[in-house]
Amino acid sequence: MIAEIGLAALWLAAALAVLQMVSGAFALRAAPGEVNPLAIYTRPAAVVQALLAGLAFTMLLWAFAVTDLSVKLVAANSHSMKPMIYKLTGTWGNHEGSMLLWVGVLALSGGLLAAFERRLPERTMGATLAVQGFVALGFYAFLLLSSNPFERLPVPAMEGSGLNPLLQDIGLAFHPPTLYAGYVGLSVAFSLAMGALMTREVTPAFARVMRPWVLGAWVLLTFGITAGSYWAYYELGWGGWWFWDPVENASLMPWLAATALLHSVAVLAARDALRTWTVMLGVLAFSMSMLGTFLVRSGVLTSVHAFAVDPERGAFILALLGLNIGGAFTIFALRAGAVSEGKRFSVSSREGALVFNNVMLSAILAIVLLGTLYPLLTEAFDVRVSVGPPYFNPAGAIFAVPMFMVMAVGPLLRWKEDSPRRIRSELVLIAAILIAVIGLVSFFGRLPLLPLLGLGLAAALGVAAFLPLRGRRLTRVPVATWGMVLAHFGIAVSLFGMASEGAFTQERLAAVAPGGTEQVGDFTFTLQSITPVAGPNWTAIEARIAVSRDGGAPVILAPQARNFWSPAQATSESALLTRWDGQLYAVIGNQAADGRWQIRMWWKPFVTFIWYGGLLIALGGVLAIIGRVRVDMMRRKAVSLGEERRADLDALSAQPVAGDQG
Amino acid sequence: MKAKHQRLILIIAALIAIIGAGLIAAWTLRNQANYFYLPEQMAATPPDVGQSVRLGGMVQPGSLATEADGVTVNFMVTGNTDDAIPVRYNGILPDLFVEGSGVVAEGSLGTDGVFVATNLLAKHDENYVPKELEGMGTAQAATMAADTTIGLTQ
Repeated sequence: MIAEIGLAALWLAAALAVLQMVSGAFALRAAPGEVNPLAIYTRPAAVVQALLAGLAFTMLLWAFAVTDLSVKLVAANSHSMKPMIYKLTGTWGNHEGSMLLWVGVLALSGGLLAAFERRLPERTMGATLAVQGFVALGFYAFLLLSSNPFERLPVPAMEGSGLNPLLQDIGLAFHPPTLYAGYVGLSVAFSLAMGALMTREVTPAFARVMRPWVLGAWVLLTFGITAGSYWAYYELGWGGWWFWDPVENASLMPWLAATALLHSVAVLAARDALRTWTVMLGVLAFSMSMLGTFLVRSGVLTSVHAFAVDPERGAFILALLGLNIGGAFTIFALRAGAVSEGKRFSVSSREGALVFNNVMLSAILAIVLLGTLYPLLTEAFDVRVSVGPPYFNPAGAIFAVPMFMVMAVGPLLRWKEDSPRRIRSELVLIAAILIAVIGLVSFFGRLPLLPLLGLGLAAALGVAAFLPLRGRRLTRVPVATWGMVLAHFGIAVSLFGMASEGAFTQERLAAVAPGGTEQVGDFTFTLQSITPVAGPNWTAIEARIAVSRDGGAPVILAPQARNFWSPAQATSESALLTRWDGQLYAVIGNQAADGRWQIRMWWKPFVTFIWYGGLLIALGGVLAIIGRVRVDMMRRKAVSLGEERRADLDALSAQPVAGDQG
Repeated sequence: MKAKHQRLILIIAALIAIIGAGLIAAWTLRNQANYFYLPEQMAATPPDVGQSVRLGGMVQPGSLATEADGVTVNFMVTGNTDDAIPVRYNGILPDLFVEGSGVVAEGSLGTDGVFVATNLLAKHDENYVPKELEGMGTAQAATMAADTTIGLTQ
């Protein structure tokens, strides 16, 4: 019954997406200032659709919670013995469920937009919701026709076959939903961009409507990528935090596009410049989200994320991707010429710096995109290659380094026109820090070029991030500006962590007999014992390792080698010792023939700063949203107060007339 | 400068950067892409010493040996022919890495003809097969599947 309700809700939601699309299209036919009689269904359709999609997802959640084994998806991906939290998170730990979550968030954001956004002209709003309906419809069709999450088994299974143990982790509870919400937030930016383009309303007002969506999506993507990186770091047991895996790139590419979009929207809102560029980036950012979904969900890649290896589904998503992106770029090509040019600005101005960084971000995006797609392309010619850090790191750095340099200076410049001479002292300070740090570090030791540059840039950026606050009363600095400062500082912190990890990591791999002692960095570690342990659905071998730094009090680390039995799989649970200046990372391997155990230890100085930086960046985004929304509320309140007063005045001046007649 | 000119300049600058990125990408990809070799391919046309490549095949039964330090392993990788490539790996073996199972080794060929692996990928459950192993001969795939799916419920 539960599954049937979910399925019915999904079909109804799909029907409403059609209504939303058609009704929204009629809004386009209305003359300015009028309302087409058929256009009034757009907003209600979007809101009800959001409720129905939410209902469908709740039903699936329920089926997983009670482990309803007559539902095929539950039987294939869950197990009655699993802890409750992993039963619930298992809802989106599979292809169908994750796509339902995708659509659910899409419908939800469309509903929110329809319910609360009143600032745009109705025609633009109609066009926007029509586009949103069109995108949603494609995904409903995908779910209903090729990956129905509510499919019943003819005979209920006796027991479920379980969830990939790698995914049985609390990180999974948050990682996919945040990333999806980020992807889908960009769909709203896309729909708004298309709506504005179709109705020629690419204005600062439109940018202000779009900004919170872009910021929100960007914050979620930042958070999702940070969490995903940390998850890969401690769960995979390889000690790395970024593998340039296509699936990681699939989340990085929308982030890069969204970062560019977010800055370009800021220019459009503040200065009415970069109109077509903003629309272009809106289309690009969502295209990257769709591409990411395609890469991850179609099975063209093999990874822990690719649940389904079903060519039909891949073809379906590819068709959707082609339809949406192709359609968007066609409309863009037809209409972009009609968008009049925005305001001018000189090269050395804040706009100029933002444009430069926009272009650099796009170039990095191109590098990542080509590197990600290249193996897929060559495979079509039966040549198998893989592309990894030796490609991504140097090619990306060529554009990232100038970008970071301009990023240090950009916020100091004035809008429209500024002379570099005005900020000479700041420029000298930033350059001095950069050169001093690089000089100092290379004096004490020979480092590879990229970590060296990274350390210098991190120091320079860390200071430069706070320079915009110089000479200002800190209590009067707008919240959004604090957001910018914090986010830019977060970049510096993250960069420092990456460079430090790359430059100073120490590793020790050894076969140790119980009681044996080894050394890594400042740490000595002693293998005390090896014991078998058991969990709810796994057994493991656990090492107890006493670690002490410079002969200090020992701390016990307990890495495990786990064996899950449903489905049968072995994983390595690393053990981490976090200190303010880094992390010690321990993994246990196999037992050698002579009874010794393989132990791998890394000392990674300041590695945690990578994720602290990511969190700071996300927090900066949150502050920016709060600041913008507050200013917006105040503006709305002022407008409504003004209108009230005007109405009062009108009423007062109207009264004598009324009195005369009476 | 008119607004129209400004837009044109912006477009040109963006195009130059993107095309530049494309060229840099193409150039770096040609030099840095990590090619995949089967053992017989590596025997016939070995890659340059030190060039990072991937080698995929089966761990030859009876060839797996651990050195005295307890962390360095040596084994032979075979493919569809009799060619076998010696591989040395210093590290923790992946789960379910056994003789006769499929493996993809990332690394480079040393001067002594031994392939020095920096990373090993092995099939470790029914849903996760290194992509490179999919195209292997059917007989091998069957053996490999039989060897690596012991104890699975399905």
